[in-house]
Amino acid sequence: MTDPDRLWDSPEPESSYDVVIVGGGGHGIATAYYLAKNHGITNVAVLEKGWLAGGNMARNTTIIRSNYLWDESAGIYEHALKLWEGLEEDLGYDVLFSQRGVLNLAHSLQDVRDSVRRVNANRLNGVDAEWLDPAQVKEVCPIVDIRQDSRYPVLGATYQPRAGIAKHDYVAWGYARAASAMGVHFIEHCEVTGIEVVDGRVRAVHTTRGRIAAGRVALSAAGHSSVVAGMAGLRLPVQSHPLQALVSELLEPVHPTVVMSNAVHVYVSQAHKGELVMGAGIDTYNSYRQRGAFHIIEQQMAAALELFPIFARAHVLRTWGGVVDVTPDASPIVGLTPVGGMYVNCGWGTGGFKATPGVGWCYAHTIAHDEPHPLNAPFTLERFTTGALVDEHGAAAVAH
Amino acid sequence: MLLIPCPWCGPRDEAEFRYGGQAHVAYPGDPGALTDEEWAHYLFFRDNPKGPFEERWNHTSGCRRWFNLTRDTATNEIWPTTSAGARPGTGTVATGGGSR
Amino acid sequence: MTGRRAGYAGEVLRFTFDGRAYEGYRGDTLAAALLANGVRRVGTSVTLGRPRGVFGAWTEEPNAVVQIERPFPEPMVQATTIPLYEGLVASSVAGRGRLSPEPDPARYDATHAHCDVLVVGAGPAGLSAARAAARTGARVILADDRPSPGGGLPDTAETVDGRPGAEWALAVAAELEALPDVRVLCRTSVIGYYDHNYLVAVERRGEDAVTRERVWRIRARRVVLATGAHERPIAFAGNDLPGVMLASAARAYANRYGVLPGRRAVVFTTGDSAYDAAHDLAEAGVEIVEIADARKGGLVTGVAGGAEDQGVRAVVIGSREVEADLLLVSGGWNPLVNLFSQSGGELRYDETLTTFVPGHSAQAVEVAGAARGVFTLAGCLADGEAAGSGSPLPALPSEETGTRSQDLWVVPSDDYTSHFVDLQRDVTVADLQRATGAGLRSVEHIKRYTTAGTAHDQGKTSGVLTSAVVARLLGVGIAELGTTTFRAPYVPVSFAALAGRDRGALHDPVRVTATHDWHASHGALFENVGQWKRAWYYPRPGEDMEAAVLRECRAVRQATGAMDASTLGKIDVQGPDAAELLDRLYTNMMSTLKVGAIRYGLMCRPDGMVFDDGTVIRLAPDRFLVTTTTGNAAAVLDWMEEWLQTEWPDLRARCTSVTEQWATVAMAGPGSRDVLGGLAPELAVDVESFPFMTWRDTEVAGISARVCRISFSGELAYEINVSWWHGPALWKAILATGAVTPYGTETMHVLRAEKGYPIVGQDTDGTVTPADLGMDWIVSKKKADFIGRRSYARADTARPDRRHLVGLLPEDPEVLVPEGTQLVACDRLPEPPVPMLGYVTSSYRSAALGRTFALALVSGGRDRIGQRLYAPIGDALLPVTVTHHVLYDPEGTRRDG
Repeated sequence: MTDPDRLWDSPEPESSYDVVIVGGGGHGIATAYYLAKNHGITNVAVLEKGWLAGGNMARNTTIIRSNYLWDESAGIYEHALKLWEGLEEDLGYDVLFSQRGVLNLAHSLQDVRDSVRRVNANRLNGVDAEWLDPAQVKEVCPIVDIRQDSRYPVLGATYQPRAGIAKHDYVAWGYARAASAMGVHFIEHCEVTGIEVVDGRVRAVHTTRGRIAAGRVALSAAGHSSVVAGMAGLRLPVQSHPLQALVSELLEPVHPTVVMSNAVHVYVSQAHKGELVMGAGIDTYNSYRQRGAFHIIEQQMAAALELFPIFARAHVLRTWGGVVDVTPDASPIVGLTPVGGMYVNCGWGTGGFKATPGVGWCYAHTIAHDEPHPLNAPFTLERFTTGALVDEHGAAAVAH
Repeated sequence: MLLIPCPWCGPRDEAEFRYGGQAHVAYPGDPGALTDEEWAHYLFFRDNPKGPFEERWNHTSGCRRWFNLTRDTATNEIWPTTSAGARPGTGTVATGGGSR
Repeated sequence: MTGRRAGYAGEVLRFTFDGRAYEGYRGDTLAAALLANGVRRVGTSVTLGRPRGVFGAWTEEPNAVVQIERPFPEPMVQATTIPLYEGLVASSVAGRGRLSPEPDPARYDATHAHCDVLVVGAGPAGLSAARAAARTGARVILADDRPSPGGGLPDTAETVDGRPGAEWALAVAAELEALPDVRVLCRTSVIGYYDHNYLVAVERRGEDAVTRERVWRIRARRVVLATGAHERPIAFAGNDLPGVMLASAARAYANRYGVLPGRRAVVFTTGDSAYDAAHDLAEAGVEIVEIADARKGGLVTGVAGGAEDQGVRAVVIGSREVEADLLLVSGGWNPLVNLFSQSGGELRYDETLTTFVPGHSAQAVEVAGAARGVFTLAGCLADGEAAGSGSPLPALPSEETGTRSQDLWVVPSDDYTSHFVDLQRDVTVADLQRATGAGLRSVEHIKRYTTAGTAHDQGKTSGVLTSAVVARLLGVGIAELGTTTFRAPYVPVSFAALAGRDRGALHDPVRVTATHDWHASHGALFENVGQWKRAWYYPRPGEDMEAAVLRECRAVRQATGAMDASTLGKIDVQGPDAAELLDRLYTNMMSTLKVGAIRYGLMCRPDGMVFDDGTVIRLAPDRFLVTTTTGNAAAVLDWMEEWLQTEWPDLRARCTSVTEQWATVAMAGPGSRDVLGGLAPELAVDVESFPFMTWRDTEVAGISARVCRISFSGELAYEINVSWWHGPALWKAILATGAVTPYGTETMHVLRAEKGYPIVGQDTDGTVTPADLGMDWIVSKKKADFIGRRSYARADTARPDRRHLVGLLPEDPEVLVPEGTQLVACDRLPEPPVPMLGYVTSSYRSAALGRTFALALVSGGRDRIGQRLYAPIGDALLPVTVTHHVLYDPEGTRRDG
């Protein structure tokens, strides 16, 4: 180590590895870290077609929470949150993890029912959760407009105090630094162009930097999952969509927590330096372009001002887009595939960042043992055949 | 804001349309004859190519008609469909290309 | 000292900065006026707390970002882009702005525009492009972000056709504005270039305008980008002090504003253009002490700061200190390729110009003038002429005269901790070294590691410089390293501008029924259901919600109640194959329905999960009226049309929404027959003549009406449909009988729950099958197929432990179990995770049952009837008993009155 700040090295790819991880995003890097740390598997290459953690890891709005409805989801996300809580110590790297809480607002009577249902399920699953009335919402986040004559008034919110945000880049770098120190190779600008399968078992990947033999291949390519899986003849029930986000200029502290609203589509936090970080909705059509349409941003701003009139004269400094892969039940797919020695981790939609430590942990287990960890066992490909979906869309907004 | 060529109304802003995903996914003639896996593929599995993609759009705020077009999902370049005539059981209505 | 050029005059405007009163002239920017008043320090840097002064003259400004205090607080605005106005109050900030807790009083809006040619930038190239395009008869929009046309031309002393640049620009703009198909938009920044030649611009219309800011959504057949170029800095020690300024900016202050940004200037340049600046400044009265030309070995190695404003006192050239209060810097020019890059165009690095220029374009776009590296006035005019008329652009000179510059980015030093690259983010060459030292190889990583290019100016001055420095550090070419992505918006845009008018009541359209005003004036509270406002309950003086709902419930069960049911979706389905269409969409058989009869129906998705429910009435052999849930009306119509058009175009059927054609009153209760009989004397209302689940056309209260005998409460009930227009008259006539109590959606919910009728979206959540609801009876065994059927044969839908809809009776009849409460089997909670059996979907106090009750989805619930479960509420575990989901009148004795 020549430089105390050294994050990771950029070695030339070797001709063969025990495990090749396709996709150097947050999940791929974390998986490599836990393969090395938990399972002693260090002859690992993480192949990234662009720059490390430059996809959705670099583009998400960094919200971390575990207050999901179904037991299966709560299990893996809560495991992730517990790992987040010890991550800086584990990695020896500051990731600016800030447990400032998340409010999920309810705007209709059905929102209230769904929210209370989720709070109760969370508590029984050991996930911290509270139901707040509008006045309590105002106490947690004074800038939320709780006037009851607004178009979709705030009727209350679920609150997870342990939820929060972290600095996405630092998370990726912290994992990469620690994994690199254990011998993992991070190979940037190395695009996988083919997957060699012989007699139903994966043998190697072909890349823009040559053929790399692999004992096991773990796909972790987020928005590009279909493309990569297709190289091995595997068809996935995912669709890729642009998802946009934006930041404001640096502002004096005004927003102490994270606020999300599904009905008035907003999720926003104020990052450490002071910029408002905000996510927009997904564009409706399939796309691999890392940008979306501007009317989505305009709608996002209208929604933001409905809830936060104080934001009126803040400025949008920068917008960007990522590509998310979405499953029919809005839950991920993590597990084995019909191809021997090949594993898939995809379908996290808009929620992959928060799961990073949890899925890295479980996916590494899956790869190391050739069988799913109990926490990702429900998230199989087979569930789409049996019908045992983990439907996290929430209740349909329909009533008589 | 894509400019979507509605075969009936001409080019219109994307906001007037609803997206319908992959074209030519026909409802099975006899669902009861399918295996669970085949049925699951009909329900949940759609192509997701990076590149040209035949897809469906509905001009919800205009003529309310469904039509197909081919769009490159990497560039958003659009080609009107060239196939003609409505065909039952194809999961889509193929319309004559070009505007009227 | 900075100041105003002698003899410069104009309309005086008063303003305040950092609590001190000043005067400036109309036409000044705040930055110009501050410099004219001798204010050099305009801010403090965000991380290092260093003093900062005006560095640029327009949108490239990284330093002079101020807080506007009055007329209304606005955070972080570039003082170089704020046109001075009377009463402006602003203050300096240390890198962070402040939001006002007061509501923004201004209005914002948006408009759409279409054109043949959109020209971005009204400098020499843009003006000549717009003029040439207009002469071809094209519809032209010319958009420019400055208050007046001319681009950078008025910053110089150059002339066109023998006229001063500014005058020529005004004349061309006036000529253009006079044409009917040309629109000239000043103070309008094109902020984003999207697919299919869709561009977004924001017009700043001023604090006093009716609309403060306006978003322009422009679709252009062809785009000409004449966005000009920004001068770029050089990294040397102390290059951030007040008094260090881009040469072009200093030139602009002298020529455009009559402002002298200093008295004794040193020029540090890598090319020729700074000589023009030096010339103009000298003309204006600034003493040019020395020109350090990097091409001749002249290097500025440091800057000495003065005490008062900590600005430049002396400049170190080589090892020689030269007294000066102004240091003009010119490190070359960066064409503004931002919009071109956003359009999908490729950039290439030009070794001669030492910068990135437009390469291959991906859309119908031309780049003209300085934006493609043409830096002479004549060249820009010729470029614009060609681009505007759609002719091929002149070839780029291989070595444009006047632009040949030295490839100098950083002045070598032993210590790079004050060689600033990004002034606003306090990023130095040392920071870039640290980043590459950490192993980072991508300029995107380095941007993130150091935050270079992430501030207000989004790298306008720092971007290419950062790439160049990093390339050197890594030993690679700049072209190979590339730039970070150019992202929208080109300049910061207020949230409010983008939100436009879609706020408050206009955020989402409000839909109200024909009788809405009556409900409102009779004290109804409203519930949002989809976009509709529905009367929720009608509290009387002194009543809370519970009391009002119990009273309304009793009125229906014991006498008669009326509810406005107009929001239910209604779809008219017509055609010879209408019955076949409905057979395929509903789980039950609709084709066997007789004309005059009504059937309840359930619709599922192909995955077998309940999607919607409602009634189907047969009007004629080839005509049905279908009702849907309020929130799902549009989705059901879309659904029907999708199947009809895309799968079954051979079916001769058409669907039309008639939701707002019919106003509907649901009248329920044992007294409803008498009330109806009184209002509809022509209608035979006895059970035999008008049986359950049939409909009749008649007159009610003299209004032509269709009356359906259906019930969502278990009571004798009717739904009376009249034309929307007559809705209020019907409602008032019913209420005028004095026998009828108005009731709202909450009472409707209680009454249906007592009867175990589920509400789609409340008692279902997209994971519930008809069988789960105990509605096997509605799933046809006779039909070969219907949407959803195949899914019931899947393993998961056949599980015996699926969640079933059941009733729940709290053991304490006074306890209301909150909706959303989970249910467990244990009477003491173990450590989490606690197995959950299901949850409460609906829960009410029942007047009829004299107690509380609930509906719940419970795992294997129908096999648990009679069992005790527990509802964790707060810290308590409350026992509840599972029952059948129909709790009131299970025999259905009340249906016929």
